[in-house]
Amino acid sequence: MIDKFNIGPRSVSRRGLLGGAAAGAMTLGLGGAANAQKPLVIGFIYVGPRDDYGYNQAHAEAAAVLKKMPGVKVQEEEKVPETVSVEKTMESMINLDGATLVFPTSFGYFDPYMLKVAGKYPKIQFRHCGGLWTEGKHPMNTGSYFGYIDEAQYLAGIVAGSVTKSGKLGFVAAKPIPQVLRNINAFTMGAQSVNPKVTTQVIFTGDWALPVKEAEATNSMIAQGVDVVTCHVDSPKVVVETAERAGIYTCGYHCNQAKLAPKGYLTGAEWNWERIYVDMVNDMKAGKAPGNFVRGGLKEGYVRTSAYGPAVPAAVRDKADAAKLAVLNGSLSIYKGALKDNKGNVVIPAGTSYVITEPKLESMNYLVEGVVGSTS
Amino acid sequence: MNTTLERIAVPVLALLASAVLFGLLLAFYAHVDPLEAFGLMYEGAFGSWFSWQNTLTRAAPLILTALCTALPARLGLVIIGNEGVLVVGGVTAAAAGIAVAGAPPLVVQLVMAIAGMAAGGLWIAFAGALRQYRGVNETISSLLLTYIAIALMNHFVEGPLRDPSSLNKPSTWPIGDANMIGTIPGTDVHWGLVFGLVACLLCYLFQRFTTWGFAMEVIGGNPKTARMMGLNVGRYVLLACGAGGAAAGLAGMVEVAAIQGRANASLAVGYGYSGILVSFLARHHPLAIVPVSILLGGIGASGGLLQRRLDLPDAAVVVLQGIIFVAILASETLYGRLLKPKEVA
Repeated sequence: MIDKFNIGPRSVSRRGLLGGAAAGAMTLGLGGAANAQKPLVIGFIYVGPRDDYGYNQAHAEAAAVLKKMPGVKVQEEEKVPETVSVEKTMESMINLDGATLVFPTSFGYFDPYMLKVAGKYPKIQFRHCGGLWTEGKHPMNTGSYFGYIDEAQYLAGIVAGSVTKSGKLGFVAAKPIPQVLRNINAFTMGAQSVNPKVTTQVIFTGDWALPVKEAEATNSMIAQGVDVVTCHVDSPKVVVETAERAGIYTCGYHCNQAKLAPKGYLTGAEWNWERIYVDMVNDMKAGKAPGNFVRGGLKEGYVRTSAYGPAVPAAVRDKADAAKLAVLNGSLSIYKGALKDNKGNVVIPAGTSYVITEPKLESMNYLVEGVVGSTS
Repeated sequence: MNTTLERIAVPVLALLASAVLFGLLLAFYAHVDPLEAFGLMYEGAFGSWFSWQNTLTRAAPLILTALCTALPARLGLVIIGNEGVLVVGGVTAAAAGIAVAGAPPLVVQLVMAIAGMAAGGLWIAFAGALRQYRGVNETISSLLLTYIAIALMNHFVEGPLRDPSSLNKPSTWPIGDANMIGTIPGTDVHWGLVFGLVACLLCYLFQRFTTWGFAMEVIGGNPKTARMMGLNVGRYVLLACGAGGAAAGLAGMVEVAAIQGRANASLAVGYGYSGILVSFLARHHPLAIVPVSILLGGIGASGGLLQRRLDLPDAAVVVLQGIIFVAILASETLYGRLLKPKEVA
């Protein structure tokens, strides 16, 4: 009977032995490679699945570009929640993989998690996606990068406003936070620039990944006569597929969803993280610390629009392209007065026009006139 | 003696069977060398002091949330609202901490702990009361209460309790660095682990050595008999549910006071749901909850390495957890049979 009892401990220790051997081999392997050419190990951390057709895939697609660079090793971990887990993932990448540059890509990773780990590992570089880094307040081995994607949303709005027949656009959004409100408003104002009567129905689902609610929201908007829908949730997949099945148009978000809606996909607002990542990696290889505060829009190439779908007529393409040119040369400002919110209050006075980098836009808390919905 | 032996041998066999099954899946479905995968899992979970701390940090909330299922289970109740309790406990603790933020840190921490435990305790006691006095199935009601808890959290975090400077991730005001409960000296594991160990030990002693604990076992065995014996079943139901809820509420307080520093949507990341799994794997035994939590914490800690080194999806460790769960449930049929042949011989 004692023998039987021993089954557990004995096999555990054997597995332990195997594990130890494997771990030893792994360390040796890493050490050997490091001596041979010292690859730059980069850690990418995603909050959701890296093939989500959305926020995380946009980063993973850029990480895939880095993987092809010589002397670079990319380590990825997906579905890491915004808790102590991400601290442990960063430390694990540093301690076990030898990562010297870490990209925690979700907004909630910054404070306190990344800041805490960055304090503990001052020689490791951390660059966070979200634009929160402030000089003097945050450590110099940390930084942030972000894109003004509302510029791309504005262009998508122009296309949506041009092809809509009902004059009703739909926007499925996660939460009424500034980043999302900027997108809803820019999209709406883009549409209004070609068709002042257009309205945008917005539905907030309450969280970043709620596929069932996103499908319900899309269906309910279709029932109300909306014929172009777009979204700001982590994965636009459900919204885009639901719209395609119902035979209406969609504008994508985060990355290109044309594959999911070959007929109805008009265009979309996409991130182009590759531009930022490649620069940062080249800095690291040159022995420099990457930039601490990196932001840009269409002009810098950090955001872009998806290639036009078959449903977009040539005249509409020309209109959107012209607007893009105007944004690039600085002659078009998206946020200019007099601008009213959908309750009738003036939010930007007449004669005032904000550049895209305007700090006031970062705390946006209103929906512009023409948006049907409420922030609370 | 035989039953103790059996209680250890059966789950160990089930774990071994799960490992073999998972290994086969890895080899023939994911096309990964299972030995390498297990080696990596060992490295990521227990291979170094860093990995151990990683594992223990992940185990800490599971120990506390598991008690939320385990204590009522003693009475035959199946409570699965752990996630909601953690959320309610965390938000309440944060609100209480902010309200008394000026007081000495120890006072703030105590107030937060009491608030979190009280809120969590009432939350599950409510589910227990619905069951006892209104005949509402406690499994369904506690699960549905979770959705209410998360909706309430969103309401408070995005409304009345919101720190206006938390623009793109709505959160409550921070409780302040001075009021954080910090880590166990010499480690970077937070005090939640110790709270969990103490709670499990207390629950075990209570169940094993007090008449109240014995009464609960009687009720779990047969509530009708218990009632005929004159036991106040309702009181014990409320007590067990309240204590279980308090444990998970404390887990929420620890999330706020040891890790996040404020309450926001990151409270609802699944610790509560994992706690249900832990409790069932531990067969609702308070002391068994500790090693099971460490095992699941270790699986969680090693999941990252499997992703990074073998390019497996995150789902790999979820699949392993699922296999273990099914194997443990299936192994229930072995009790009373496993050791019989030897006894006869």
